[in-house]
Amino acid sequence: MNDKYLLLAIIVMTTVTWLPRMLPLILVRRRIENIFVRSFLFYVPYAVLAAMTVPAIFYATSSVWSALAGLVTALILGWFRRSLLTVALGASLAVYIVERILAQLAASI
Amino acid sequence: MNKTERINDFNTGVRNGLPIGLGYFAVSFAFGIFAAEGGIAPLTSAVLSFTNLTSAGQFAGVRLIFTGAPWFEIAMTVLLINLRYSLMSLSLSQRLAPDMSLISRILIGYGITDEVYAVAIMRERELSLLYMLGLSSLPIVGWTAGTWSGAMAGYILPVSWRSALSIALYAMFVAIIMPQARRSRAVLFVVAFAALLSIMFEYLPLLSMVPLGWRIIICTVLASCAGAVLAPIRTSSANPGGEIT
Repeated sequence: MNDKYLLLAIIVMTTVTWLPRMLPLILVRRRIENIFVRSFLFYVPYAVLAAMTVPAIFYATSSVWSALAGLVTALILGWFRRSLLTVALGASLAVYIVERILAQLAASI
Repeated sequence: MNKTERINDFNTGVRNGLPIGLGYFAVSFAFGIFAAEGGIAPLTSAVLSFTNLTSAGQFAGVRLIFTGAPWFEIAMTVLLINLRYSLMSLSLSQRLAPDMSLISRILIGYGITDEVYAVAIMRERELSLLYMLGLSSLPIVGWTAGTWSGAMAGYILPVSWRSALSIALYAMFVAIIMPQARRSRAVLFVVAFAALLSIMFEYLPLLSMVPLGWRIIICTVLASCAGAVLAPIRTSSANPGGEIT
């Protein structure tokens, strides 16, 4: 990864992040009436977040088991509508505890 | 609106943005670690966070940078992930003064995130420039400072700590999905379908050759289209897009 590639990537990312935020504020005065387009846009965030989380979350930590503990914790806390911060910290804590237990087990064998 | 009212508007915005800023610090700390582990310098990560100000898009973009993906693939992936912002901007545009200047609209657009949008749209009055700037200010500071701190601290943290923080971003995604998935079977279906497709792309022979960025795009488009066909959303005119937050 060289600096030129990184700089280009940051400029590209900034552009495609700004455009969807600004263009509707600047250009669109009327609402989108097409139900299919509106429905598609409604589902996009959930679909994209799900596709990005699974299966990548299982490779995010140093063990599949700690990742699973973190995922289950996040699912439960999310189900009960806890805040982003609570869910993030809860899942992190679960991962930390499971990894410590696994380290203890590995050391005792 | 007189001067005192305008200052009050700004202060109210800052107050409303404080919890968002604190949450962003924690989450972007994990992003900073993630970027540092892939070899991106702390200051570069901070610039990336300051200019992009988004979680899912930055996260996907950086993953693609690590694989050396071509810029077009990065652009398409990040654009698709950020498409949701256009719906939020669209609904916020109905709450701005019609005569608000172009510059003001550009400034407001920069600061729109999932959480900033969620707070702003709940405010039961016209959204002023100063309120929106106040609301975005601490999230911008928190997101940028958290990224830099995470990238700096990532090098010295033990493995168990890094693992624990690495899961924070994914946990946040789960936290955004779950409340809506609980309320709506259609969202639950779209989420499950997208996850299933994503797993297929990871493990099935030919499919696993598709680059990551296109995988995310294909999974998202297929699952969202399935949702739009099977369960079209017919929301009231007051809030296009319904309860996206």
